[in-house]
Amino acid sequence: MADLVTLPAGVAALVESGDTVALEGFTHLIPMAAGRELIRQGLRDLTLVRMTPDLVYDQLIGAGCAAKLVFSWGGNPGVGSLHRFRDAVEHGWPRSLELEEHSHAGMANRYVAGASGLPFAVLRGYAGTDLPHHTGTIRPVTCPFTGEELAAVPALRPDVGIIHAQRADRDGNVQLWGITGIQKEVVLASRRSLVTVEEIVDELDPLPGAVVLPTWAVTAVAEVPGGARPSYAQGYYERDNAAYRAWDATSRDRGAFVRWLNDELGVAHTVAEDRA
Amino acid sequence: MKPREPESAQGRWTSDDMMTVAAARALHDEAVCFVGIGLPSKAANLARRTHAPNLVLVYESGTLGSKPPVLPLSIGDGVLAETADAVVSVPEIFNYWLQPGRIDVGFLGAAQIDRFANLNTTVVGSYAAPTTRLPGAGGAPEIAASCRQVIVVVRHGTRSFVEQVDFVTSFGNGSGPGDRQRLGLRGHGPTMVITDLGVLAPDPESGELALVGIHPGVDVADVREATGWGLVVADELTVTDPPSGHELQVLHALEAATIDATADPAESADPR
Repeated sequence: MADLVTLPAGVAALVESGDTVALEGFTHLIPMAAGRELIRQGLRDLTLVRMTPDLVYDQLIGAGCAAKLVFSWGGNPGVGSLHRFRDAVEHGWPRSLELEEHSHAGMANRYVAGASGLPFAVLRGYAGTDLPHHTGTIRPVTCPFTGEELAAVPALRPDVGIIHAQRADRDGNVQLWGITGIQKEVVLASRRSLVTVEEIVDELDPLPGAVVLPTWAVTAVAEVPGGARPSYAQGYYERDNAAYRAWDATSRDRGAFVRWLNDELGVAHTVAEDRA
Repeated sequence: MKPREPESAQGRWTSDDMMTVAAARALHDEAVCFVGIGLPSKAANLARRTHAPNLVLVYESGTLGSKPPVLPLSIGDGVLAETADAVVSVPEIFNYWLQPGRIDVGFLGAAQIDRFANLNTTVVGSYAAPTTRLPGAGGAPEIAASCRQVIVVVRHGTRSFVEQVDFVTSFGNGSGPGDRQRLGLRGHGPTMVITDLGVLAPDPESGELALVGIHPGVDVADVREATGWGLVVADELTVTDPPSGHELQVLHALEAATIDATADPAESADPR
């Protein structure tokens, strides 16, 4: 049974420095509040896993929480660059960032393998590209039945998977709908999971196309209204595109980012003080 | 040589308008199209509103048959799900729909493209120490591999049209004919590259991109100057029909509706 917790208590109980953590939500239902809580709690040396790092990881990378990033597309959707991600890769600020880079198809299959209890996944992918030359977790595999050469990628088994959903009931059953992306797979692939929700309700009304994660498949649930802002939560609020654009300016400049960290999160940037 | 605004019978249009219209015309009605965000999405939505009302738009967030009333801001906008025939998970969109070859056209952009239409969206410079870190692969490598054909939309310039890409994110024709077959890629690969200056297509013999069409008001010399290799020009060069009044009206209405819907006057930028 999932525990009903507050967000700070859930993060404190489930996440430790050095963990491999996956925050998922494909454009929709991005667990932004949980990401900010990881920063507030001063977690360090995280391996961050996510198909589309988006603002949530730009903030964690800029704050110096990440040692490594496992990903497939690192842009600010519809706006441009993720400047904190770029600064870490191009200049090692605030620290160097190891990359393990895949395609979306590869990442999706890695989560499926993790959720399925398999050591690896097989796909028609990466052929002819330069990705296998730089990413050790892409290897060729020969089909034992046809002899065809395909790509193999290892399962993702994060220590902690974190997603945001529309709602849960008081027993901790979780319901999400709209674009459900990779959220079911990340929860099932992870050793521990934390789900933030818009609201906790007495009863989950059935909805067409909704994904339900039963309480016994989830470690903890925290009610965090607005927890996906500035991304969107279908049925609750729209994407705040102005905030995505504003992030471009905030993140472009180290000083502006450090001020944002201080003003919005109450966090002093320890690296920034001597190296900004 | 930058944005021209020729006066035509239909009114004023920019080289970007011409590019979008030319890209939209390349999509035939009832085609199933895997759409990248930015220029490809705008062109695909224009096509659905003009000559191709039954064009099926597929977005990598898992929406099949989206009919957005405005241009989506990202590949996972709520409007794409709300107007879709079906919404599936991300593993399903790649494994069941893209991988087996069910998609007719992959519609991609790029930061760099080379003479064999290989695409780079990963880094400028070396991978270990890039001068510019770009967003990366996303869905593009498998879109380029598995769609029946690939159409690329990219603005012309010597920074984007390079002799050799710094990183092969998505495989085009490799280094010549036969490379795709040797790798077991089942899609035909790039068939057309549409820019703000004209249209390029791979030569059937060599696999190398050749200029096959120019947009009105563009000289071949302009295109050569904006291409980072010695560009082959086809013997029979077509001149693109200028945007019709109807195409321009629908394109500008679509852009205006998108601006109204988001209450944000700035047009959505290239995803890089």
